[in-house]
Amino acid sequence: MSQTQDGEPGQGEGAVAELAKDPSSRKRFLSMMGGAGAASALAIFVAACGDDDDDDSASSDQADKQPKKSGGVDLEIVQYALTLEHLETDFYNAVIDAGIIKDAALGKVATMIRDNEQEHVDALTATVKQLGGTPQKPKTTFDAVLEGGEKMVLETAATVENLGAAAYLGQAARIQSKEVLAAALAIHTVEGRHAAALNSVVGKTIVPDGAFAKPASMEEVLPQVKPFLA
Amino acid sequence: MSTDRLAAPELVAVDITGVTRQAFILRGAVTAGAVYGLSTVGPFVGQAFAQDDGGDAEILNFALTLEYLEAAFYDQALKQVSGLSGEVKELATTLRDNENEHVDALKAAISDLGGTPVKAPGVDFGEAFANQKAFLALAQTLEDTGVSAYNGAAPAIKSKDVLAAAGSIVQIEARHAAAIRSLNGNPISDGGFDKTLTTKQVLKAVDPLVTS
Repeated sequence: MSQTQDGEPGQGEGAVAELAKDPSSRKRFLSMMGGAGAASALAIFVAACGDDDDDDSASSDQADKQPKKSGGVDLEIVQYALTLEHLETDFYNAVIDAGIIKDAALGKVATMIRDNEQEHVDALTATVKQLGGTPQKPKTTFDAVLEGGEKMVLETAATVENLGAAAYLGQAARIQSKEVLAAALAIHTVEGRHAAALNSVVGKTIVPDGAFAKPASMEEVLPQVKPFLA
Repeated sequence: MSTDRLAAPELVAVDITGVTRQAFILRGAVTAGAVYGLSTVGPFVGQAFAQDDGGDAEILNFALTLEYLEAAFYDQALKQVSGLSGEVKELATTLRDNENEHVDALKAAISDLGGTPVKAPGVDFGEAFANQKAFLALAQTLEDTGVSAYNGAAPAIKSKDVLAAAGSIVQIEARHAAAIRSLNGNPISDGGFDKTLTTKQVLKAVDPLVTS
């Protein structure tokens, strides 16, 4: 796996940086995550969250003006969401660039969804900075999916959107700040819309979980997106 | 795409103002009074002010009202709208069943919280059942309003469990909204962020459909 910015764990900013330094809490986290994929999932997560350096005066000023009353948990969640949104945006860009979707109406939907994801990236990037963190962008790869052709692309899109919606739902109750929660909810339902539309496209029900959407935890989500991280 | 619009200050300005606990409860009670008549609101107000932790039940009663409305809407549409296509009929059936499950779950949750579930409101959907097009138009409005209502009310929820349940429901409302929008030939969302509505805005929006 790799990332566009390498960084050392920063000065006690956020739960993830803390985790990287503190063997006992790391152990606790790993046992929470469980399973064989735990270590690699954590590695992805720490890399995605990266450092919280103090040399960015803009974000330091911001942090001074807006005390991080929600603590490290929100930053951790927003970084995680940002990673997923980058992945989605990159995916649609790759699909659109490769000209895989032949149907004009479907192509329009893909472009619209891509634009939504880009808006999410921009908003979450700003939120990470506001919370005193440094936004990270993962390197992504979708060659295997693109080689599979249109059907595989659309099925992957549906899978990713359902996973994304479940990922937001899985974090909602952990979010400390009402502002961050409101923002996450506003994004969560748009991911749900994408998921429904793509499920229709691939001939699946719009509500695969029935009347109540199921959440997914970080430990469930991260191994599933790992193949797309270069 | 305007990046200005996406700056963090805008993001955090998502409409959750005015939802201090007292204000929220009071407004909810007053508007519920308009909807249900004062006699049913007496206990509602009493309860709201009697217990500091009663807020979640009131929020869920607000959600329950909307779910009743949606369930009745699809139920009546399936009986009354002539010439529904097979696809629309199938979707409306799924949506009706989902909304009924939401009604049942919310009633149970409100009782668990020590509250009293509100009764189903009287409804009148006017000309919405004249034909499939009119039905789908109001369906879109109701589903989009449902999404905005949950998203607007959720940050005021105290219990993590109640919040998780509300989140689980609102994602389904969003899926409904997208499916109806597709049938209407509209984009599945208005941009990257679903709008939020306050309870007051929601109750005003659905007021024409509520008769008692």
